[in-house]
Amino acid sequence: MSDSPQWFDEEAGPVVRPYALIRGRTRSSGDAFDLVATVRAIGDPSGALGPEQQLILRAAREPISVADLAVELDLPVGVIRVLLGDMRDHGLISVTSPSAGGSRSNERILKEVINGLRAL
Amino acid sequence: MDSVLSEDPVALKILIAGGFGVGKTTLVGSISEIKPLRTEEVLSDRGIGVDDLDGVEAKTTTTVAMDFGRITIREGLVVYLFGTPGQERFWFMWDELSYGALGAVVIADTRRLTDCFPSVDYFEQRGTPFVVAVNCFDGAEQHSVDDVRIALDLDDDVPVMLCDVRRRTSAKEVMITLVEHSLRTLASAN
Repeated sequence: MSDSPQWFDEEAGPVVRPYALIRGRTRSSGDAFDLVATVRAIGDPSGALGPEQQLILRAAREPISVADLAVELDLPVGVIRVLLGDMRDHGLISVTSPSAGGSRSNERILKEVINGLRAL
Repeated sequence: MDSVLSEDPVALKILIAGGFGVGKTTLVGSISEIKPLRTEEVLSDRGIGVDDLDGVEAKTTTTVAMDFGRITIREGLVVYLFGTPGQERFWFMWDELSYGALGAVVIADTRRLTDCFPSVDYFEQRGTPFVVAVNCFDGAEQHSVDDVRIALDLDDDVPVMLCDVRRRTSAKEVMITLVEHSLRTLASAN
């Protein structure tokens, strides 16, 4: 790679590979988080946090989805999930999964969506 | 209803499926702010024979970028659109994507209709409500929705419609048709 002088800065890729952030793990502790599960920051960080976890805490002051967090931090979803698992274990965040089939189960909400789409 | 506002936001998932280059990205972009969502996936054995892993035995994950869009209906009610990765070797991701999904749009191109067969099969088997949106490409011979319905051997209740995924009004119509279909499916199940 050292003889590829065109690779500078961001084009050379992240300085720290994503999976180094999470010490090579590919699965989060506990259940996997749905892509549209809602994350919100709870409680105050007591120990030292990595920069990614601080960014997550900041982004999750308002409820935010797992997928939105991945976009915002520009990290793969798998990495976000592992970080979130750690943070949940430490009581820093809450993660609420949409109930199974929950999105289909509410006629009132679907009607609201139809009206909302019409109004776009 | 005040208590509803303090509850967790409602997040709905809609999947956009269809063959490669059929207009999935365009559809998501026509109706929502589109962002690429990166996932890193463990290569399943379905990938063997597709990816040549000789000499790189250590590589077991691959990055898959998905189209991801969001439509905010109101505060606390968001519809998320996910463009499903079209290649067969990424189908294992669909199970997660379709879990709890409101429904799916299968985009079809009449010049290569077979490309959407796998998507149709998948959603039929899963019982996920879906609509077939025939993207009318410039210069493509127009077929009637009835022809497409017969060619795809669809149940009578599955909506089939012509669309132009580049146009926002057309993309909107496809989404509304899907949610109405999901609503009917829900009502008939109750």
